[in-house]
Amino acid sequence: MSETVVNPLDPDALKAAVEAARAAFEGATDLDALAAVKPAHLGDRGPIPLARRELGSLPGPERADAGKRVNAARQEAQAAFDERRAVLVAERDARVLAEESVDVTLPWDRHPRGARHPITQISERIADIFVGMGWEVAEGPEVEASWLNFDALNFGKDHPARTMQDTFYLADEGAAGGQDSGTVLRTHTSPVQVRSLLERELPVYVVCPGRTFRTDELDATHTPVFHQVEGLAVDTGLTMAHLKGTLDAFARAMFGPDARTRMRPSYFPFTEPSAEVDLWFPQRKGGAGWVEWGGSGMVNPNVLRACGIDPEVHTGFAFGMGIERTLMFRNGIPDMRDMVEGDVRFSTAFGV
Amino acid sequence: MRVTVSWLSEHLDAAALPASVDEVGDAFVRVGLEVEEIHPAPDVTGPLTVGRVDEITELTEFKKPIRFCRVGFEGDRSREVVCGARNFSVGDLVVVSEPGAVLPGGFAIASRQTYGHTSDGMIASAKELGLGADHSGILVLPPGTAEPGDDALGLLGLDEAVVELAVTPDRGYCFAVRGLARELAVSTDADYTDPVTRVVVPPTSGDAWPVRIDDTERCPRFVVRRVDGVDPAAPSPWWMQRRLLTAGMRPISLIVDVTNYVMLDLGQPLHAYDASRVTGTIGVRRANAGETLRTLDDATRKLDADDLLITDDSGPIGLAGVMGGASTEIPALADLAAVRSAGGTSVGAGARVDVLLEAAHFDPAGIARSARRHKLPSEASRRFERIVDPALPPVAAERAAALLVELGGGTLADRRTDEGGVPAVDAVRMPLSLPDRTAGVAYPRGATARRLGQVGCRVELDTGADGQGQVVATPPTWRPDLRQPADLVEEVLRLEGYDTIPSTLPAAPPGRGLTGTQLRRRAVSRALAEAGHVEVLPFPFVAESAWDAFGLPADDVRRRTVAVSNPLDAERARLTTTLLPGLLDMLVRNRSRGTEDLALYTVGQVVLPHADPTPMPDPPVSRRPSDAEYAAIRGALPAQPTHVAVVLAGDRDPRGWWGRGRAAAWSDAVESARLVGAASGVELRVTKAEHLPWHPGRCAALRVGDWIVGYAGELHPKVVEALGLPARTAAMELDLDAIPLTENLPVPTVSGFPPVAVDVALVTADDVPSAEVAEALTDGGGELLEAVRLFDVYTGEQVGEGRHSLAFRLRMRAPDRTLTNEEANAARDAAVAEATRRHGVALR
Repeated sequence: MSETVVNPLDPDALKAAVEAARAAFEGATDLDALAAVKPAHLGDRGPIPLARRELGSLPGPERADAGKRVNAARQEAQAAFDERRAVLVAERDARVLAEESVDVTLPWDRHPRGARHPITQISERIADIFVGMGWEVAEGPEVEASWLNFDALNFGKDHPARTMQDTFYLADEGAAGGQDSGTVLRTHTSPVQVRSLLERELPVYVVCPGRTFRTDELDATHTPVFHQVEGLAVDTGLTMAHLKGTLDAFARAMFGPDARTRMRPSYFPFTEPSAEVDLWFPQRKGGAGWVEWGGSGMVNPNVLRACGIDPEVHTGFAFGMGIERTLMFRNGIPDMRDMVEGDVRFSTAFGV
Repeated sequence: MRVTVSWLSEHLDAAALPASVDEVGDAFVRVGLEVEEIHPAPDVTGPLTVGRVDEITELTEFKKPIRFCRVGFEGDRSREVVCGARNFSVGDLVVVSEPGAVLPGGFAIASRQTYGHTSDGMIASAKELGLGADHSGILVLPPGTAEPGDDALGLLGLDEAVVELAVTPDRGYCFAVRGLARELAVSTDADYTDPVTRVVVPPTSGDAWPVRIDDTERCPRFVVRRVDGVDPAAPSPWWMQRRLLTAGMRPISLIVDVTNYVMLDLGQPLHAYDASRVTGTIGVRRANAGETLRTLDDATRKLDADDLLITDDSGPIGLAGVMGGASTEIPALADLAAVRSAGGTSVGAGARVDVLLEAAHFDPAGIARSARRHKLPSEASRRFERIVDPALPPVAAERAAALLVELGGGTLADRRTDEGGVPAVDAVRMPLSLPDRTAGVAYPRGATARRLGQVGCRVELDTGADGQGQVVATPPTWRPDLRQPADLVEEVLRLEGYDTIPSTLPAAPPGRGLTGTQLRRRAVSRALAEAGHVEVLPFPFVAESAWDAFGLPADDVRRRTVAVSNPLDAERARLTTTLLPGLLDMLVRNRSRGTEDLALYTVGQVVLPHADPTPMPDPPVSRRPSDAEYAAIRGALPAQPTHVAVVLAGDRDPRGWWGRGRAAAWSDAVESARLVGAASGVELRVTKAEHLPWHPGRCAALRVGDWIVGYAGELHPKVVEALGLPARTAAMELDLDAIPLTENLPVPTVSGFPPVAVDVALVTADDVPSAEVAEALTDGGGELLEAVRLFDVYTGEQVGEGRHSLAFRLRMRAPDRTLTNEEANAARDAAVAEATRRHGVALR
């Protein structure tokens, strides 16, 4: 760098100083180098600022003219600097971002996923559908009085229907020889119907999901511990058409707008007339078709009487479905055992 | 009930039936019979030929006895066939599937090497031919019913379709072709002829045998018909055998087959006695204590005072309506077989049998109890317990007697015993509009009366006191299940067709939504799942040995369980009092399947019997139980609170590219429990506890106030070892019902002023729980102390042996001003002073 003072009256010298500054800035390859060369050209001791200092000693007319030239030269040099700096800042920013890049495909699975069992999920879904229609969710115990599980539901003491249910009987340890304790593992959720009618004010519209028990060995299509959902409505003027309407609404909410139900005559002690319920299942494996879904009927007057309700005034309907079965055909689960064995890989697939 | 379409067709106008057997099935379904299966005519092709067994060589060198037989056909054509069955003799007519035949199920017959011989075809069983379920031996055709070389296909009726129906308990009358044909006729609008009307029951004078009914309630009617001189070895005709086989019954002998056949056709179970073995008056009475009876199946049965017996002078000769006794049995078939294998085809005149046919009516409940008590569900008891038409006995006896005369060469004695009679059936009165009102359908005029007439009711129309039309229907004798208006309504609705019922959604009154308990259970389940726990649903059955593995003392309340009388697994016969055994089983199962890192949870009821159980009341069902009765029913049930439990093993934080994993520990179990508390809106207090099956030094009790609601921590190493669990398995279990519902939590005051944080390090004896020190600080700090958080625990030389240093950050804040340092320090000093007072802490 020269200590030569540039004559402000000398345009060529100014131009040379600007070119020299530009060359120096262009030559800087990073921001540090740029900062290092800046003082020699734009600092107080740089040729252009020095030339500016000389202006004061010039006579008036020349001074004005030279002043313009010096200022122009200064702006030109500053612009060269700014331009270079912008380039270098951009280069640096790009480099930093490139350096900071990571493998975003690395798994951050530090927090294992949990899951609720699909039986729980579908039970809640069913409850929500009925709560949305104004119904309430009723519950009862799994160890149940035979009187509530059978007698009050019009199962005669020695009626073959009782033995059809494959009941787990509970021993009465207090009595000699483990005699009949009058309690069973409930074979269906229907005792909750009786409890609801004994405990609630009429009209009653309740849905009762819950765990039930029958002495079936575990295999691909049976399990001794399973789940049912029961619906019960007792009011004035209820008809079998209302039962059908409720089943259809339930089917549509669960299986889409094309789902519907049909009823076939059947027999259950606690309903008269009774009907099997088939579901038109549009998503059925192998094409839309009917699948057996559950049982239903008009509440037997004997059940109403056992609950102190006058069957001449009030009528009702009830229905019940197996939740495992519903889940099996809804989700295409081939084997009942998947639902009871508790393998986390099964539940996890259904999420929270 | 399995029945051929051709048999059904005998009782109705077959021309009105649909052509395909599937449509016949649909017709049954429409009126409420469940079709278990439709068996179209079996798909049998190729040479299926009647053969005569000419020679039998017994092969004894194999594990089971094998027969090598030569079977002759027409002319001198014959084949050699290997056969594993033994229920045939030389001279018997059998069905041979010759090479090239294809039996049902695509079973192709070819000549093959087996048991050291060439088997040139197969001697077929009834099952292999698709004729029935009986597989106890090969099919032997009655002599004289076919000639060797005959084509067996048409002869056997293999071209017949079969309908298999499930009969619901209210439809006893459908346990017979008579009733099924009636239903089919109504469903298809075909004309029906009741087979009963085809049987002429002539008047007789005098009893065929003396009968005395002591228990007329359990046995309202008892009919005896006598046929003398029946040839017991006369073959049952093939058409009868075929129908028995279809129904799943094995043809045995003419006399037995006839009683079974008439039962299947009409529905009345019959029993045949050898008259020469019955002594004196036949009685019907309850058993006496200590009496025994050897039944037809050769079992000696100890009788109960509730059992109804058929007796003679010798004592019991039958368990009424369930099974006959051995002493009066028709001569054993073994004797007949011996006669036949000796070369004869018929026993001589001396071996003819005088038969007493019993056709009785019994009380259904009593039969059900006896059949259950003796574990003897027979074809007879299955019908009697569903009620048999009480008008049938003389008809069925007459029909069976006629068959024995016709097929067995017997002579009908001209007397009949008919004790008792047909119980009266009450007429049922109902408003004419009730079917319409129940269905929500306007049925055509006259539909109700027409449909009730079709099921056999005598129908009259009447006007009630209210001026409304009424139906008075007297049910037929075979429909005693029609007792109340609802029963009549069902008949009308099902026959009019459920498909005519419209779909109308009822408007329920506004509901109150889920209860607090229900909402909380969902919140708890969701919180656990979102925190990485996986829900499983263990069975409630537990083995007593689980308590030993848990190390529970003999008097531990959790050992007090309810037992299942008829468990599937005798080992696990009790209902669990804690969710942990089932959950730990599932932990082990998952580990064995290769999943190592596990956090499982379940929410469910446990069963806690009362120390002093009260008896279960049994109120009548004709009225509502009184409040006291209903309370007593509920009080007699065990307590069944809802619990929630978690088990953890393996890594809770998995190892990954970020570094090492962190094994699940006692602390995770405690945190799971606190999470349940938080989801319930309750901050659970954690206190130190000793409680099996937890590690005595790593067990926390969770409390609401001072009330313990559960435990959490690491399992005892002995428990871990006994159950084969991974080391340091952790668990928690809470009684969800014991945690109070908090639907309205107190609202905190949220101050906008800045906090002042002050750290204190407090040294205490290391057995002083940190939670108690924190509690003391909280209580001592007063209103300005907003939060206390433990951020470091230090043990080492600097604090001395047996002591630890607990570092807390105290955050102070005032609701209305910025705190000065002096105020904050004063609050800190007060907090530390309380901790010092309670636990002797020293500021470090």
